[in-house]
Amino acid sequence: MIIKINGKPEEVKMQSSLTQLILSKGLCADNLVIEHNLRIVPKHQWQNISLEENDSVEIVSFVGGG
Amino acid sequence: MEDLLEIAGKKISNRLFIGTGKFASYALMKRALEEANAEVATVALRRADAGSKTENIMDYVPKTCQIMINTSGARNAEEAVRIARLAKAAGAGNWIKIEVIRDNKYLLPDNLETLKAVEILAKEGFVVFPYMSPDLSIGRRMAEAGAGAVMPLGSPIGSNRGVKTRELIEIMINEIKLPVIVDAGLGKPSEACECMELGCAAVLVNTAIAVSEDPVKMAQAFSASVYAGRLAYLSGIPVTGKIASASSPLTGFLRENK
Repeated sequence: MIIKINGKPEEVKMQSSLTQLILSKGLCADNLVIEHNLRIVPKHQWQNISLEENDSVEIVSFVGGG
Repeated sequence: MEDLLEIAGKKISNRLFIGTGKFASYALMKRALEEANAEVATVALRRADAGSKTENIMDYVPKTCQIMINTSGARNAEEAVRIARLAKAAGAGNWIKIEVIRDNKYLLPDNLETLKAVEILAKEGFVVFPYMSPDLSIGRRMAEAGAGAVMPLGSPIGSNRGVKTRELIEIMINEIKLPVIVDAGLGKPSEACECMELGCAAVLVNTAIAVSEDPVKMAQAFSASVYAGRLAYLSGIPVTGKIASASSPLTGFLRENK
């Protein structure tokens, strides 16, 4: 199925959890904040969210900035 | 004499705020913050991808620093609000610099979208710092909307051109009952000093420190300069005049009085 990750359509396995998504993308979970369909998901709930077709996920982390 | 800037209950003695972008490494950034005794540092949020650093910048910001999250990347109020909420959810606290930019050439802020974001976030309990073009009317609206300070630009971000907006910033200092913090465009310590002499509450500097040959020393130089300017402001800077006013006695003594 296709979902939108950081604004781009991407193919992911049906009903992946957010935890699985982060693992499959090779990201380090420590630094991340995730917004799922405009709702911020606390880290302890990542594994309970099962992604659906056309969902929108924003994955962000802190970086240097003025 | 203790001279503290108080914002939202936090007392700040170092009026140089430092941005954490553009440093060659987080380790270098950390040393600059430490050696300058920075008490406020800005950090931004970005979309993560596989190429993102595995290091967490938050591990490199000294624990003594108040973190201010910058909403850079936001193109309207709604995006700025989303970024602020994400940052708070991630445990970065509630100090938010609102930066809403739609102009990629000069990176000048959109004052109206910024004001909308201030209105929303102040109501949600954020301590809000709008980065704005220096405009008295909008500045007053920012104050009414509950901003913690106003942050007018000196010149375009990263341009190192100094306080090109000086007259407008002076008006804001005189008329707005909030701390005025000059943000953006300061290229050297003397320009930061100039802002403080005018009566700014603080300045925020990033590029000029981060891209200098020795960011640690440059951060210290800015810090000293900000302190000097503040001290001068508090001392009451004398008026300027067009003709001389002697500073040594001029009474003649090796000749006769006529």
